[in-house]
Amino acid sequence: MDSPLLLSKDMGLNVMNKVMSNKLFIAFYIAPALLMITILIFIPLVLSGYYGLMDWDGIGEKTFIGLENYITGLQDKLFWNSALHSFLLAVFSTLSLAVYLLVSFILASKIKGSDFLRKIYLIPMLLSSVAIAQLWVKMYNPSNGMLNAFLMMIGVENPPAWLANPSIVLYAIFIPILWQYAGFYILIYYAALKNIPESLIEAARIDGATPAQIALRIKLPLIKEVVSVTIVLAIVGSLKYFDLIYVMTAGGPNGASEVMASYMYKLAFSSYNFGYGSAIGFLLLIITLIVTVIIRKVTTTKERIEY
Amino acid sequence: MMIKKKTLTVLLSAVVSSFMLVGCSSGSEESSSASGEKEIQFMHLWPEGSSKKHYDVVNDIIADYEKENEGVKVDLEVLSNEQYKDKLRVLSTSKELPDVGLTWSAGFLEPYVGGNMFAPLDDVIESDLKDAFVPGTAEAYAIEDKTYGLPLELNIVSIYYNEKMFTDNNIEVPETYEELIEASKAFREAGIQPVALGNRDSWTGSMWYMYLADRIGGADTLNKAIDRSGSFEDPALVEAAKEVQNMVDNGVFVNGFNGLADEEAKSMFMSGQSPMYMIATWDLPNFTTNEDVPQEFRDSVKYMNFPTVKGEGDMTSFVGGPGVGLFVAENSDVKEEAKDFAAYFVKEWGEKAVTEAGVIPATKVDAESLELPQMYKDILNELNNASNITLFADVQMSPGVAQTHLDSIQALFGKQMTPEEFAKKHEEALSKQ
Repeated sequence: MDSPLLLSKDMGLNVMNKVMSNKLFIAFYIAPALLMITILIFIPLVLSGYYGLMDWDGIGEKTFIGLENYITGLQDKLFWNSALHSFLLAVFSTLSLAVYLLVSFILASKIKGSDFLRKIYLIPMLLSSVAIAQLWVKMYNPSNGMLNAFLMMIGVENPPAWLANPSIVLYAIFIPILWQYAGFYILIYYAALKNIPESLIEAARIDGATPAQIALRIKLPLIKEVVSVTIVLAIVGSLKYFDLIYVMTAGGPNGASEVMASYMYKLAFSSYNFGYGSAIGFLLLIITLIVTVIIRKVTTTKERIEY
Repeated sequence: MMIKKKTLTVLLSAVVSSFMLVGCSSGSEESSSASGEKEIQFMHLWPEGSSKKHYDVVNDIIADYEKENEGVKVDLEVLSNEQYKDKLRVLSTSKELPDVGLTWSAGFLEPYVGGNMFAPLDDVIESDLKDAFVPGTAEAYAIEDKTYGLPLELNIVSIYYNEKMFTDNNIEVPETYEELIEASKAFREAGIQPVALGNRDSWTGSMWYMYLADRIGGADTLNKAIDRSGSFEDPALVEAAKEVQNMVDNGVFVNGFNGLADEEAKSMFMSGQSPMYMIATWDLPNFTTNEDVPQEFRDSVKYMNFPTVKGEGDMTSFVGGPGVGLFVAENSDVKEEAKDFAAYFVKEWGEKAVTEAGVIPATKVDAESLELPQMYKDILNELNNASNITLFADVQMSPGVAQTHLDSIQALFGKQMTPEEFAKKHEEALSKQ
C-alpha cells in the first residue's frame, strides 16, 4: 500500500487540490478563454443588437431609430419566409437523425467492414463547405450534371433544373446539407453505442431478448442523453445555417432558398442596410435561443444513467 | 450563422484596429517627410500576383510622373479587390483615405460623397481632360452635377457568338431580334441550347432586360424610370419585360439558367456547347489574346451589337459602364498635387492599358494606330461612334433597390412574376427610398 509511487501520486494530488482551490489560480486559468469569448462573442453580440437600433449603411453616420428595425423585421414577409425555410431545414435535420441512428446501430453491431464504412461516412465532414457546394453544384448542373445525365440515361425526358426551379431548389439543397453532417452524427452515436457495457447486452440476450428489443429497449434508452444533445445540435445548427446555401444559390432564385442567415447577410452586405441586417441577426439569435430552451426542456431527463 | 456574424464583426473590428494603426503610422510619416518632398499616397487594387500587367502599367506611369515632377513622390499601396473595398470603407470612417485611390461609379460612390470624403474633380476635367472621355463615362461618377471620379475602364456589353456553330448547323447569324428567336428555335431543334445565361448572378439577366428596354423604349426610358422622372410602369418597359418572357418561352436560354452561375454559363459558351453568350468587354482577352483558350475557339468567336426589336431601336446604343475610376480625397494634404497626378495618370493610362493589359479604357484612343487584335479595334471603333451608354441598372440604383431589381429579374426570367408585377415591384422599391 505504501509504495513510494502511490505516495508521490497522492502528494501530487494534494498539491493539485491546493492550487485548484486558490481563487487567484482559478481566475488565472479561466481568464484567457473568458477574455476570448467576451471579445469574440459577447461584445459583437451586444453590438449587433445595438446596431439594430440604428439606421446605418455601414459607412456613414448612424441615426438612432429605436426599435423600428425590429418592428419592421417582425412584419417582414421575406424574413418570415426565410425563417420558414430554416425551420423546414431543422425538421429535416431532426428526422434525418433517425436514419443516422439506424446506421450507427448497424455499424456498432459486429458486422464485417464496419470500421471501413465508418470512415467512409465521415468523409463528407472532412471536406470544406465550399468544396461540397461546388461538388453538388456540378452534380445538379441541368445540362452537364451527373444527376441529370443519369436521369436521361434511364429515360427521363425533361429532368428538372434542380437549382433553378423554385419549388425544388430548397429540397435540392437540403440533401447535401444533411449529407455533410451525416458522418458527424453517426460518429457520435457510434461512440455512445460502443460505450454501453457488453455485459448488459449479454444479460439481455440470455433473458431471450431479440436484437430489435435490445436496440429499442436497452440501447436506445441508454443513449437517450446523447440523442437529446444531437437533436439540439441539429436544430440550432439548421436555424443558423448559411454556408452551402450561400455558395450554391445565394438564396435564389428570387428568395426560394433563402434562410434567415442568408437573408441577414444579403441585407447587411448586398443592400448595405447594416442596421436592419443587424436587427435580423439579433432576431435570429433570439429565435435560436428560445428554440434551444424549449428543446432542452422537452428532451432532458432527470435520471442519470450509470453503468 | 450567429457565430459567422460574430466572427465577421470581430474580424472586421480587428481589421479596423490594425488599419487604424496603419493609418496613424502613415499619417505621421507624411508630416515628417513634409520637409521638402511632397508625398502622394496612392492605393490601387491590382496586385502583382493576380494582375501583373495592370500592376506594371501603373508602376510605369508613376515612374514617368516622378521623373517629370521633381520633389513629388508617389507612395503606393496595393490590395486585392475585396480587401481594397473593405479597407477603403474602414479608412473612410477614420478620415484617413489615401490622397488618390480607385472607386466605382454611381451607387458605390454615394456614401463617400455624402460623407464629404471625395473631392469634386470638375476643374481637372475642364482644364486638363476636356473631351478625353467616351461620352457617358465621366457622367457615371457625377452626383448632383459634380464629378467625383476620373474613369479608367469602360465595359460595354455585346452578344458574342460562335460562328462555327452557326455554319455547322446551317443557321444564319441573326440580324434582328426576331431572327435571334428563329435562330434559337433552329438550334433547339438541332439539340443545342442557344444562349448561355447564368442568371443565378442576376446582373446577367438584367443586361438582357436592359437591352430590350433600350431598343423598345429608347435610351432614356429606363434611366428616367430609375431617377424617378419616369416609371417602370411605362408601356415600353413592361413590353421589354414581356419580351424577356417571350424569349424564355421560346427556349432561347439554356436549361435551368436561374440556377447557373455566370462562370458556368461562360464555360458552356467557351466549350462550344452553346453558340451565344452576352457579356461585357472584360472578357475580351478570353476571346482574343488568352493563350490558355484554344485557338480554334478564339478564331470562331465574333460579336454583334444587340439587334433591333421589331425594326426599332438604335444599334449604336450600348449597355455598359465604367469599371474603376480615380478619386482624390477631400481632406488630402496635397490635394493640388493629387489632382495633377490623377489627371496625368488618366492621360497616360488609355493607350498603355489597352495595349499592355487588354483593358478597354474610358478615354478615347485611336484604335487604328495601335497594335491590337481586330476585335479590340472594332469594339474601340464602336465606342467612338456610340450614341449612348446606359449604365448597368444595378449600378445606377442604390444598393437596396438594386437588390430588389436583381431578385425581380430572377423571378421575371423564371416566370414567377408577370411583367406587370415586375414593374410594380420596382415602383414600390424606388418609392420607398
